[in-house]
Amino acid sequence: MHRRVVITGLGVCAPNGVGLTDFTTALLEGKSGLRHQPNLEKLGFGCQVAGEPLVKDNLIDNYFTPLERRGLNATGIVYGVIAGVDAWKDAGLEKNTTDEPSWDRGIIFGTGILGVDKFREAIHLIDEGNVRRLGSTSVIQTMASGISAYLGGLLGCGNQVTTNSAACTTGTEGILMAYDRISQGKAEIMLTGSCSDSGPYVWGGFDAMRILPRGYNDNPTKASRPMSASAAGFIPGSGAGALVLESLESARKRGAYIYAEMLGGEINSGGQLGEGSMTAPNSVAVQRCIRNAVTNAGIEASDIDVINGHLTATTKDGLEIENWSKALERAYDDFPYINSFKGSVGHCLAAAGSIESVATVLQFKEQVVFKNVNCDDIHPEISKLISESCIPRETKNHSPKVIAKASFGFGDVNACVIFKSFSKE
Amino acid sequence: MLKEEKYQKLKEIIKIYLPEDVAVTDIKQDSHLMNNLNINSANLVDIVLDVEDAFDIRLENEDMDQMQTVNDAMVIIDAKLSEK
Repeated sequence: MHRRVVITGLGVCAPNGVGLTDFTTALLEGKSGLRHQPNLEKLGFGCQVAGEPLVKDNLIDNYFTPLERRGLNATGIVYGVIAGVDAWKDAGLEKNTTDEPSWDRGIIFGTGILGVDKFREAIHLIDEGNVRRLGSTSVIQTMASGISAYLGGLLGCGNQVTTNSAACTTGTEGILMAYDRISQGKAEIMLTGSCSDSGPYVWGGFDAMRILPRGYNDNPTKASRPMSASAAGFIPGSGAGALVLESLESARKRGAYIYAEMLGGEINSGGQLGEGSMTAPNSVAVQRCIRNAVTNAGIEASDIDVINGHLTATTKDGLEIENWSKALERAYDDFPYINSFKGSVGHCLAAAGSIESVATVLQFKEQVVFKNVNCDDIHPEISKLISESCIPRETKNHSPKVIAKASFGFGDVNACVIFKSFSKE
Repeated sequence: MLKEEKYQKLKEIIKIYLPEDVAVTDIKQDSHLMNNLNINSANLVDIVLDVEDAFDIRLENEDMDQMQTVNDAMVIIDAKLSEK
């Protein structure tokens, strides 16, 4: 069984915009969501710049009951619920108010680590010999699947409700898992996405690895520089993105707005062999992932006119461009447009793949290729491979036909998805 | 502390844990927290912690087991307060 799958809903809670309207405006203008974080300065972080969604207190009231808000100390759940519920509404779907679970609707919502602040709270109480004071919310806010569990309850889904985790590939992997489920006829509608907590306990480990730029604490919006010769490392971010995937049949029956068709893709790993390691990608696997995604999607490499890369603003950006170029056998002027949103949202870790996929899909609706920021000085390794005109520094009017989006993560894991513009045939 | 004052204080605590289909006015002295007020069993531990904070007392495991109705809670609170 192989059914067509489309995207009918989007939701986002990102450092540069909470909700689709603000997020879209920010992307069109290249507005940065990266800010100096006073708490990181106080704690003596080398990199004190990060991306954190600005969620107003009264906005949270729209998504959580007063009881749910009591002791709520897991930013990932807040971001994920906002993005997930928004995507559901954007798709024209309602919460299930019957007594019967919606058997053909499910959730795959990933995360890297959930509720770290809540866990810290618990650790302090436990170490003080006060385990009895934890209350009932410690487990549900710190279990990895807390986010899919919250959403599953809010929406009343009765199909698979789970959480995937594959480091920075998480969000993109989830989209492919949801695609498979619908394509195989096991579900009609899947809410998929991912979230990542904010704060020093999530970002600290990366600061300790000395892979974050330290020279931009006074100039936060310039700190994240994908594809730039002056790229000095990635800026950590946080937030959530969500997409509603649906069988074409179901979307048509409901008369839903269709953002794009999802053609599938590929997930693989480099086995941490060759040049691959826990933290570095094996190019053989990256190229294979992209090539197989093209084949699985039933398209030709030449059909792709836009790429949204992983492109984190480290020294590996050049290698990523080389991998795209080799995998697609396209270079210089023949290379598709390529962008990275990490210049303005930072690297949202487990949420990166979903936030960036929401942005990628918005390009079909807006009929643009969103601009790249902070790369006026394109890295010479990159301009050796592709024409600088492939890297829009201003938002470009262009109706994308086929967009490839990839994410790569620690553990040498890769995911590449192919989205296609949808026309009512 | 007057009995009525204690009862009001307890009602304020319980109120937040009521499901959507149960009203504050449904809280009676003999209401069973789980069976009549439909409070999620997981939230009983939260009510106990809130009672501890509000009345500055400490409840033991056996107190928790005995706290089935609003009245049970009142009796336990009274006993703990008189021990102070």
